[in-house]
Amino acid sequence: MNTLTIAKREMGSYFTSLIAYVVTTVFLVMSGYFYYTNMVMFVMFVGSDVKLGLWQQTFYDIRFVTVSVLPLLTMRLFAEEKKMGTIELLFTSPLRDRQIIMGKYLACLAVFAMMLALTMLYPVLLKIVYQLEPAPLAACYLGLFLMGGACIACGIFLSSLTENQVVAAMSTIGVLLLLWFLDWNEGIAGSAVVQVLHQLSFSEHFLNFIRGIIDINDIVYYLSVIAFFLFLTGCSLESRKWRGIK
Amino acid sequence: MNAIEVDHLTKYYSNARGVIDLSFEVNKGEIMGFLGPNGSGKTTTMRMLTCFFPPTSGTARICGHDILKEPLEVRRKLGYLPESVPLYLDMPVRSYLSFFAEVRGIPARQRKARIDEVLDKCSLTHVAHRLIGKLSKGYRQRVGIAQALLHDPEVLILDEPTIGLDPKQIIEIRSLIKGLGAARTVILSSHILSEVSAVCDRVIIIHEGKLVAVDTPHNLTRRLQQTPKILVRALGPAEAITKTLRSVPGVLSVKPGIDGPDAFIVDAEEGLPVINSLAQALCAQNLSIAEIRPVDMTLEEIFIQLVADDTEVRRQ
Repeated sequence: MNTLTIAKREMGSYFTSLIAYVVTTVFLVMSGYFYYTNMVMFVMFVGSDVKLGLWQQTFYDIRFVTVSVLPLLTMRLFAEEKKMGTIELLFTSPLRDRQIIMGKYLACLAVFAMMLALTMLYPVLLKIVYQLEPAPLAACYLGLFLMGGACIACGIFLSSLTENQVVAAMSTIGVLLLLWFLDWNEGIAGSAVVQVLHQLSFSEHFLNFIRGIIDINDIVYYLSVIAFFLFLTGCSLESRKWRGIK
Repeated sequence: MNAIEVDHLTKYYSNARGVIDLSFEVNKGEIMGFLGPNGSGKTTTMRMLTCFFPPTSGTARICGHDILKEPLEVRRKLGYLPESVPLYLDMPVRSYLSFFAEVRGIPARQRKARIDEVLDKCSLTHVAHRLIGKLSKGYRQRVGIAQALLHDPEVLILDEPTIGLDPKQIIEIRSLIKGLGAARTVILSSHILSEVSAVCDRVIIIHEGKLVAVDTPHNLTRRLQQTPKILVRALGPAEAITKTLRSVPGVLSVKPGIDGPDAFIVDAEEGLPVINSLAQALCAQNLSIAEIRPVDMTLEEIFIQLVADDTEVRRQ
């Protein structure tokens, strides 16, 4: 109940401050551009395999937009409250820390879901002229949604560490890119290390989804990343108790 | 049962002293002033009472609920106005209050009536639909107080509620607080002494994190004032007036007052009707009296004296 109250306020704040509109616009323009160029490429050069290939390529590109845009949604969640001091109001209200964290997380996730829902316009338009397979597309959306959820959890954690929003956003982008590129160094490391990095990195798990494969492994991976970062956020909020905020 | 019982509350920061071994009680329905220079530990104490962070040692009970064992229950009983009056500036007043009404668990059906009530009490009704960010400091302060009052808390903790306001607003907020005191317990911190003596039933003075005194403003004055003081304003040559005043039996010393060139402060022996004698003496010398009255020590003087005593004791 209280979680939803927090979520509702955060959603309201996203829209009254125009952040949601700006971020959504950039996201839609960029993803629309990728979608258009990829489709043109497929129509002109590949011809076949639009069923899977077009979506694979397009979501591979949209993933990049997601990683660079979501930190701008998450950066304010705790950093702004700390800077304005409003966090003190929440901490002295009859709310549990986890309700505050989950409320904020759900609000951001809802904005992201809305952004994704708007991109569904592209396949709907395509369907008018071309017979589409919905299943691989559904896998793509599920993958992107889960990965976005992980990005948001990471962003919330880093936002809870600072009261400076730019610091929160930049560090989130850094961590997310690192998580993405983690296994791009096969040449250097031994095979065992690469195996581990493969399992840890965002990219390997995401690629399965956009190939049209829904593997329980990958779902569990993203859910664990989300749980891990939300747990760290809880620890970060808890730290006020032994650090003492002046 | 007291509304607030503070039991050997201590807080250390990693790099600084916060509050050391603070114990006091606040009765139900009392307005308690919390007085100390900046950085003396007022905000730290309030933050522990509101369960913002726990004490290093010691504890406190609010309406019988322990701040360590039942923090959520304590927060339910409390209304709190933090020192910097943090507000969501991007929300209109009514939505802001509505959000906290929901957080505070006020049932949806009663919410509107309750919000209207606090809006009215804090004279905010005409700005209810404006963005908080567009309001002046005085109005924001009132929104903060309205938020603290929303759930009709038994205990109200206000951290420097009048800081940064203009004199008219200060008077308004003070009378608002005074009106609240009848029904609930209020702790209010301040470093302005006149404010505390105007509003509070009792005063706690802390200095460098330690309790220096707890008493009513009246008792504090009496306790520290060794001899009665009398203020005399008379028209005439200062020398003649001083001489006349000195000649009265029971007068220990005569000093020029700080209120103007014609004011004098007379230290008198206790138990004698010195005021009468002074007046008669002046009349006998044909010096006309503009004013003659006993003066209490101001809280400023009490405060400086208490803090000085405290520092001295520590040095020994």
